[in-house]
Amino acid sequence: MPNIDPSTIDLDRTAHEHAAALRAGEYTSVQLTEATLARVKAQDAALNAYVTITDELALEQARAADARLTSGDATLLTGVPVAVKDLLSTKGVRTTASSRMLEDFVPVVDCTVVQRLNASGAVTIGKANLDEFAMGSSTEHSYFGPTHNPWDLERVPGGSSGGSAATVAARGVPLSLGTDTGGSIRQPAALCGILGLKPTYGRVSRWGVVAFASSLDQVGPFGRDAEDLADLIQAIAGDDPMDSTTSDLPVPDFKEGFDRGFDGLRVGVPAEFMEGGDEGVRDAVEAAIAAMEANGATIVRDITLPTAKAALPVYYIIAPSEASANLARYDGVKYGHAVTNGRSAEDEMSRSRGEGFGPEVKRRIMLGTYALSAGYFDAYYLKAQKVRTLIRRDLDTAFERCDVIASPTSPNVAFRLNEKLDDPYAMYLNDLYTIPVNIAGNPGISIPCGFSEGLPVGLQLVAPHFEESTLLAAAHAYEGITDWHRQAPPSLG
Amino acid sequence: MALTTEEVRHIARLARLALTDDEVERYRGQLSGILDQFEVLNEIDTSDVPPTAQSLDLSNVTRPDALRPSLSTEEVLANAPRAEDGYLRVRAVLE
Repeated sequence: MPNIDPSTIDLDRTAHEHAAALRAGEYTSVQLTEATLARVKAQDAALNAYVTITDELALEQARAADARLTSGDATLLTGVPVAVKDLLSTKGVRTTASSRMLEDFVPVVDCTVVQRLNASGAVTIGKANLDEFAMGSSTEHSYFGPTHNPWDLERVPGGSSGGSAATVAARGVPLSLGTDTGGSIRQPAALCGILGLKPTYGRVSRWGVVAFASSLDQVGPFGRDAEDLADLIQAIAGDDPMDSTTSDLPVPDFKEGFDRGFDGLRVGVPAEFMEGGDEGVRDAVEAAIAAMEANGATIVRDITLPTAKAALPVYYIIAPSEASANLARYDGVKYGHAVTNGRSAEDEMSRSRGEGFGPEVKRRIMLGTYALSAGYFDAYYLKAQKVRTLIRRDLDTAFERCDVIASPTSPNVAFRLNEKLDDPYAMYLNDLYTIPVNIAGNPGISIPCGFSEGLPVGLQLVAPHFEESTLLAAAHAYEGITDWHRQAPPSLG
Repeated sequence: MALTTEEVRHIARLARLALTDDEVERYRGQLSGILDQFEVLNEIDTSDVPPTAQSLDLSNVTRPDALRPSLSTEEVLANAPRAEDGYLRVRAVLE
């Protein structure tokens, strides 16, 4: 074992830099894990990025990783610290969905993604905070308190995967996993100044992930450069017999386009996505588009997404409807929060749910139940599914003339805690540009592209189905011409 | 579209959510406001448009009808609030 003091390890490194250092014998995974645990714990007093920090498990995995590194059987992730959103079931480690409902829930299985992560030899540091059941855009809707943005602790990190984003932005861990139903990876990545990738619907298994809206949910990676995102999605992507909505298309080498640059890349910029929002955000995104053009990309301005304005209402019908059905499983009988002294079975069930769910979750269950109820199904749910078809056709048509679509990830930078908590629709508007992508099932990435009011701005790129490698190649090329992805927030120790 | 208090209570009953009077009133206002935002959908002609249930056009994905391991009774009951003799215990539904 290298004779070094773990506190001297450079934790600002990316995952692939750690991977190289581990192979070179600069330090061991156990030393890296000890240093990471110490930093993450020191930071968490300010950030509250974690629901649970898993010291013992992490050190056990690190010891196993060191053995693999020695034997030469290591992957690119072996021994590298990773955080996992507390929506992904972890065997023997409580999985709360940041809800009182699942405060004490300890899964008896790992979800498929965690099985694959474990097989890669990655070291899981802990379970990251989120908006309860992934419903929210600020991580304020957590039973365990809000996560804070490392760029300004008075501001939100975005959500729902805010803990996963904040800990990577603060250089606590180099990589994390989140989920994205309407923007829950891309928007917090943008607000925290890191990269986040929502894969194509069906690219990554949802089995064992606490379900929110099953036709929209996808698991994906956060990191500080495109190479790290590629290595993490490479480990988790692909067909899963346990999830019949996974695609059996072959999984490509996600770094296959990394030597391509911008030459020949057609970047579509729909006017609908460049209206409204903060001027500083638009300016940063326009500067990014100009930089891509100056380096060989062709900018296509005359594409249009006429139904994009309908995506928000479509989402707030479809997602709550699916949620109201998915969350019916929390009945106080099989697992979860239970009232056991009620007057009747129905009384116990209603009170278990009334106590176990927080305000935003109840609001969405109510909305979805209404949209699916007798007499309203055709007007809301069926109508929304038809408009969903039109939104998808708009994107398909746009992609006949461009390879990626560029826009801001979020119309605004990180907002203050409590600023939007009492106005649900103002909160929902955060996801204006990310939601159409989930509706149509496409992959999308958020890339750091500058600052407004001293806070990070994200550039969203969207590609046709199963073209994640196009997004990662463009992100990699962009990192070659700017250094926004290297900007770090003030040190938290 | 303004929901009535009775409608909100009806939805809560369908969803098996015990709500306080304050919650009923708050959700009545908030849900009414959100439903107003849905009006924009009525401006879109969908007369010849089929619905999309999920975005990949998958249909009838099947697997071999073969035995495979499942969870043990102990695992299934591990998180149950009330379990007895290998069963989940619930209140009588019919009294």
